[in-house]
Amino acid sequence: MATREAAPPQPLRLRATRRRWGEDFVKVGLALCAFVSVATTVGIVVALFEPAFEFFREVSIVDFLTGRDWAPLFEPPSFGVLPLIAGTLLVTACACLVCIPFGLGSAIYLSEYAQPRTRRILKPALEVLAGIPTVVYGYFALTFVAPLLQDIGLPVGLFSALAAGLVMGVMLLPTVASVSEDSMAAVPRDLRDGAYALGSTRVQVATRIVVPAAISGIIASFILAISRAVGETMIVLIAAGGQPNWSWNPLEAVQTMTAFIAATGQGDVPTGSVEYKTIFAVGATLFVMTFAMNLLSIRLVRRFREVYE
Amino acid sequence: MSTHTSPLGSGRPRGLWAGRLFGGFLVVSLLIGFLTLGALLAQVLLDGYKWVDPVLFFEPPSADPLIAGARPAILATIYIGILLILFTVPLGVGTALYLEEYADRDRWYNRLLEVNIQNLAAVPSIVYGILGLAFLVRGLGLGRVLLAGAMILTLLVLPTVIIAAREAIRAVPDSIRQAAYALGATKWQVVWRQVLPAATPGIATGSILSLSRGLGETAPLLLVGALTYVSFNPTLLGDFTALPVQIYQWVARPQEEFRTLAASAIIVLLAILLALNAFAIWLRNHYERRW
Repeated sequence: MATREAAPPQPLRLRATRRRWGEDFVKVGLALCAFVSVATTVGIVVALFEPAFEFFREVSIVDFLTGRDWAPLFEPPSFGVLPLIAGTLLVTACACLVCIPFGLGSAIYLSEYAQPRTRRILKPALEVLAGIPTVVYGYFALTFVAPLLQDIGLPVGLFSALAAGLVMGVMLLPTVASVSEDSMAAVPRDLRDGAYALGSTRVQVATRIVVPAAISGIIASFILAISRAVGETMIVLIAAGGQPNWSWNPLEAVQTMTAFIAATGQGDVPTGSVEYKTIFAVGATLFVMTFAMNLLSIRLVRRFREVYE
Repeated sequence: MSTHTSPLGSGRPRGLWAGRLFGGFLVVSLLIGFLTLGALLAQVLLDGYKWVDPVLFFEPPSADPLIAGARPAILATIYIGILLILFTVPLGVGTALYLEEYADRDRWYNRLLEVNIQNLAAVPSIVYGILGLAFLVRGLGLGRVLLAGAMILTLLVLPTVIIAAREAIRAVPDSIRQAAYALGATKWQVVWRQVLPAATPGIATGSILSLSRGLGETAPLLLVGALTYVSFNPTLLGDFTALPVQIYQWVARPQEEFRTLAASAIIVLLAILLALNAFAIWLRNHYERRW
C-alpha cells in the first residue's frame, strides 16, 4: 500500500497582499502628532539654554552659582542666584512640612483604614484641592493665612515664605496622598494577612509592612511634590513678596526663582538685554532642578509597578 | 487561678494608645485638607459674593473698583477654552493612538517618547511661559496675542490629555480588535470604527478635566503677555487678558476693594471649573462602559 506523503505545511502569509497607502498615511499622521511632544521638549531646551549660554558669556557661571547678591537692575549689577534658590528652598521646605506628613497620613488612612465606600467618596473629594487654580491659593494665602499667622502672634508681615509655603503644602497634599496611596494599594494582600496572622496590630501592619513595601512609590510622591513646589509660581508671586533674601528666615518675605521669572517676564523687557537673558538663565536653573527630580520619581514609580504588578 | 498563656503573649492589648494616637493623626491629616478647602471656599464666598453682579460680567476693567468688571477676561477665557479643545483633542488623541495602537514598544525612540511625555507633564508651567515668550511672542513675532496664549496652554495640557486618552484606549479589550480583524478590517478601520468609539467617553472625560486645568493657569500667560490693560472684547490676534490673570492683577493691588473684586472673579472662575468638572464626572458615570 502506497503511503501518501503529507505536503509540508505552508507558512501562513499574514502580510497584506497589496500596500495600502491610506494606512501608511494615517500612521505617519499619528506619528506627527506624537512628534509635537518631542518638538516641545526640544523647543524648551533650545529656548532656555541658548539665551542662557549667551548670558553666561557676559556673566561668569561661577559668580552666578555662588554669589549671594541678586540685583540684576542695580548699578553695578550683581548676578548671584543663591538668594533666589534659598527663597525657593525655604518655601519648598515649608510646603513639605505640611504635605509630607499629612499627605502620607491621608494615604495611610485611605489605603489601610477607610472602608471601600468611604474611600470612593474621600479620594475624589481630596483631589478637588489639586484642581483649584494656583492664583486662588495665592489669594487665600494673602487674605486668610497671612492675617491668621499674625493673629496667633507670629512676627510676619503681609508677605512671608511661611504663609506661601503652608498654603502650597495643602495644595500638594493630594499629590502626595494619591501617588502614595496607589503604591500602597499595589502591596499584595498576603503580606498584610501574614502580619495579622502573627498578631500584629493595624498600626504595625501599616507602619512596618505596608509603608516599607510601598516605599519607592512613597518617596516618588515626595520627590514629585518637591519638584512641583520648586516650580510653583502664582502662590509665591502673590504671597511671598518680591525681595531676594539670603536670611533663611521663613517669617520674612522672599523671592523665588519662579517669582523672579514671572515678575521680570511680564514687563516689556527689551529683547537681547542682559535683563532679558536673566529670565532664561534662572529658567534653565529651575528646569535642570525639576527635570532631575522628575526623572528620579518616574523611575521610582516604575520600580514599584515592576515589583508588584 | 489558672491562666492561659498564649504563645502570642498576654491578652493585654499592647499598643492600644499608640494605635489610638496613630489613628487620630491619620484623621487629622485628612481633616487638614478638608478644613483648608472649607476655609478657602468660605473666604472667597464671603468676601466676593456681593460683587458677583452684572457689572462684573458686562463691564471692562477700570481704575475705579466700583465700576470695574471682567468682561474681556471672561470672554478671553471662553475663547481660549474653545481653542484649547480644538488644538489638544486631535493632537492628544493622535499621539495616544500612535503610542497604543501603532508604536513598537521595544524601539528605543518609542520608549523615549513615553518618558518624554511623562516628564513634560511635570515641567513647571512657568517654563512653558518662557517657551512661549522666546518662540511665539518674540521668535515668530506673533506678539502678545490670544492665539499665542492658547497655543502655549495647548502644549501645557497636551501631556495630561495624552495620558488620559492612552488609558481610555488601553481599557478597550483586545477581543474587540481581534473580532474586527477577523472580519477583514484594516488597522485604521479597527481603530476608527471600533477602538475610538469605545474609548470616546474616557477621552472626553480626560480632555475636559485637562481643559479645566488649562483654564486655571496663570503663570505662562503672564509671560506671553496677558497682563495688559484690555478694555475691549478680545480677538484672536489682539491683546488679551484671561480670567486668572485678571484675578492676579486685582489681588496684587493694595486696595481692599480690588481684593473683593478679585474674590468675586474667583467665584466666577471656580464656577466655570466646577461646571466643567461636574460635566466630566457625569460623562464618565453615564457613558463609560466596564468590559
